[in-house]
Amino acid sequence: MKIRMIAAALLAATPAFAQDKPVLTVYAGDYIASEWGPGPKIEEGFEAFCDCDLEFVTGDILPRILMEGEGTDADIVFGLNTDVTARARASGLFAPHGQDISDLSLPVEWSDEIFLPYNWGETAFIYDETRLENPPASFDELLDAPDDLKIVIQDPRASISGLALLLWVKSVYGEDAPEAWAKLAPKVLTVTKGWSESYGMFTDGEADMVLSYTTSPAYHIEAEDDMTKHAAIFPEGHYFMAELAAQVKSTDQPELAQEFMDWILTPEFQRIIPLANWSMPAKLPREEWPEVMRDLPRPEKTLFYSEDEAEALRKPALDEWLRAFSQ
Amino acid sequence: MHVIRRDPAGILIASLLAMLILGTLAAVAWQARGLSGLGLWDWRAVRFTLWQAVVSAALSALLAIPVARALARRRFPGRAALVTLLGAPFILPVIVAIMGLISVFGRNGAINDGLRFLGLPEISIYGWQGVILAHVFFNLPLSVRLILQGWQAIPAERFRLAESLGFTPADISRHLERPMLRSVLPGVWLAVFLVCLTSFTVALALGGGPSATTVELAIYQAFRFDFDLGRAAMLGLVQIGLSLAAMTLARWITIPAAFGAGLQETQGPQGPPGWRRGTDMLAILLATAFLLWPILSVTASGLPRIPLLPTEVWTAAARSVVMAICSAFLALLLGLTLALAIARGTGNPNAHWIEMAGMLPIIASPLVLGTGLFILLRGWFSIDAMALPVTVAINAIMALPFGLRALIPAARTLRSDYGWLADSLEMQGLARLRYLTLPRLARPLGFAGGLAAALAMGDLGVITLFATDQPTLPLKLYQLMNSYRMADASACAVLLMAISFALFWLFDRGGRLA
Repeated sequence: MKIRMIAAALLAATPAFAQDKPVLTVYAGDYIASEWGPGPKIEEGFEAFCDCDLEFVTGDILPRILMEGEGTDADIVFGLNTDVTARARASGLFAPHGQDISDLSLPVEWSDEIFLPYNWGETAFIYDETRLENPPASFDELLDAPDDLKIVIQDPRASISGLALLLWVKSVYGEDAPEAWAKLAPKVLTVTKGWSESYGMFTDGEADMVLSYTTSPAYHIEAEDDMTKHAAIFPEGHYFMAELAAQVKSTDQPELAQEFMDWILTPEFQRIIPLANWSMPAKLPREEWPEVMRDLPRPEKTLFYSEDEAEALRKPALDEWLRAFSQ
Repeated sequence: MHVIRRDPAGILIASLLAMLILGTLAAVAWQARGLSGLGLWDWRAVRFTLWQAVVSAALSALLAIPVARALARRRFPGRAALVTLLGAPFILPVIVAIMGLISVFGRNGAINDGLRFLGLPEISIYGWQGVILAHVFFNLPLSVRLILQGWQAIPAERFRLAESLGFTPADISRHLERPMLRSVLPGVWLAVFLVCLTSFTVALALGGGPSATTVELAIYQAFRFDFDLGRAAMLGLVQIGLSLAAMTLARWITIPAAFGAGLQETQGPQGPPGWRRGTDMLAILLATAFLLWPILSVTASGLPRIPLLPTEVWTAAARSVVMAICSAFLALLLGLTLALAIARGTGNPNAHWIEMAGMLPIIASPLVLGTGLFILLRGWFSIDAMALPVTVAINAIMALPFGLRALIPAARTLRSDYGWLADSLEMQGLARLRYLTLPRLARPLGFAGGLAAALAMGDLGVITLFATDQPTLPLKLYQLMNSYRMADASACAVLLMAISFALFWLFDRGGRLA
């Protein structure tokens, strides 16, 4: 009984909602819905006009929804990544978004009728100019750098950015990817499960460079007034990553779900993205980007595999990676 | 039959445990429509897992000998407090421990700074050596504790007799200490081996790359990357198979019992004078530095920012504390029931099976357990409503094997000392529980509860599978890191560690005062 009362008290600490309003259940990665992610602003913005209650359910969304199948409670899935859409699509759980995607502010072509991008960025190695005075100016230079230049990367079997690196190397080096990995491996200090562990090691000074995103310096500039962190821009090109939203076919709130999908590409929603998600908005004229994002150095070339190519390359590229790191 | 008639509760809990561990595995396999074969990399992971567990366990046990001996035969002010403090890494949340180890042994850590200053080559914590270093860091306290108990179990009279017979330290070692070590060390090794077999987070951060993949990590990857539940279940089966094989091979080995029963301040032997005093002090100093330096280092970097942590972190902390306390009481309820059943049935084969079932959680994969429960329960309950209760339950079960090590011997002693008397007085049921069992077992109960609370507090594993909008403190820590807020994350780590220690201390203290 006591435990129940304590639990009730704890529950009361989270915002109460009116019971008569319809609920839109949005599955999202847990950083999205945390108070430091874009979730709270998205929730507030949508609830201001939808006359509903938007509820984020956080966790490992793709494995979870694949396990739940059509019995899922989700109305919307928010925060899926490019490169894994093939498996999500094959499940047949998602419905078309119905949006006009002819003039997105993406550096790649986008014609997907199910998965709607709401932000994007590119993989990049981040360095601190006070610790690394002569950063490699190209991917080749990085591979040929002395082995005491230490980088941290993420495991492609556990992390989406790690998988993007796999595809990045493949798209730059193609058949020569194994040799590229062989050159890179001695410089890899460690491989972490997720992005956050790697990034923490970098900011702690353990590593000289970290696999992250071209947009990462924006956080340091905007939130910490720290101008020393930069993305090393490589002429070979950088690999594109976007986060996607999709509506679930079996939703019991089809109108609400559609209303939410309709809202994603509006300027009102897109303006939330840059400084809450620390990534580029998917549909917003460059003039409307925050200054810090506009001023970030941009790669000249953006690399991207189609969903089918990425799915076909995943296993063989992973095998090359595993071999290089097991020498 | 005797045991079944008298201990329905013990048998029930033991069967439930076995069903839970094996049933969740079956559920994962069922969802996948069968088990999948393992690839080359999976077998490499199996090999690495075995190898690192063997080495970590051997190193932990060997390094613990000089430390335990020094603590057993030297008296100095603050000795009891030091013994308690040296236990800290065992209940340290893994993520905090890794931060601490990196801050001391990392590329930018204190040791390498010193080596660079002296012009010596640097050491690297990343790779297999990092995994083993971390495992020794976690398990040295456990090993020291177990071996120290062994030393203290040698009756002081024997040392006095040895002294009066003019034994040299070498004679004492041959006649008293080595026989004790021979009986205690295999059990110490087995306990650490089992703990290291299911290691997950350590290999993730310090393994350096795919050559240091453990089975538990491979399970995570099968689940996450390939969504291959069949392979995850197969790996879980291999992991349980390995543990059971190790436990069967070592059936004549008993894990030393008196794991928890605190340090009795008896007048133990005084160690030999001379240079051995120096080496003993050195052993204690080195162990103290190795075990406490990383903790202090993390504390120093995170402490100043704790007051600046946002409200949400404190809300999550409160939620985690409530969950940890619930886990601890549940673990005590389960543990006490099992321990009493085992004590009553000593010598009876059924009691042996109950004890084996109680040890099962140590070898189960938390990921398979969590996924299996998710599959089993989702048709019946709302997942968001059950996320927290299930996490509480899993954490209680995961802490059970450690609690049982403290509770079983105490329950046996209670049975042999007071059992007949209580029976002849027909003292049964609640009265017996209240006036005999609880007061006599207060200390091991406090210790076991503290252990369960601290381990539950630091657990991240299960809750990330069960999506929830009510984050725990370890999850908040990850959210901070995921939002670039590394300084806040290290403050959050210190808070997490402080609460874990405080919970352990409160329970342990409560048990001692009761």
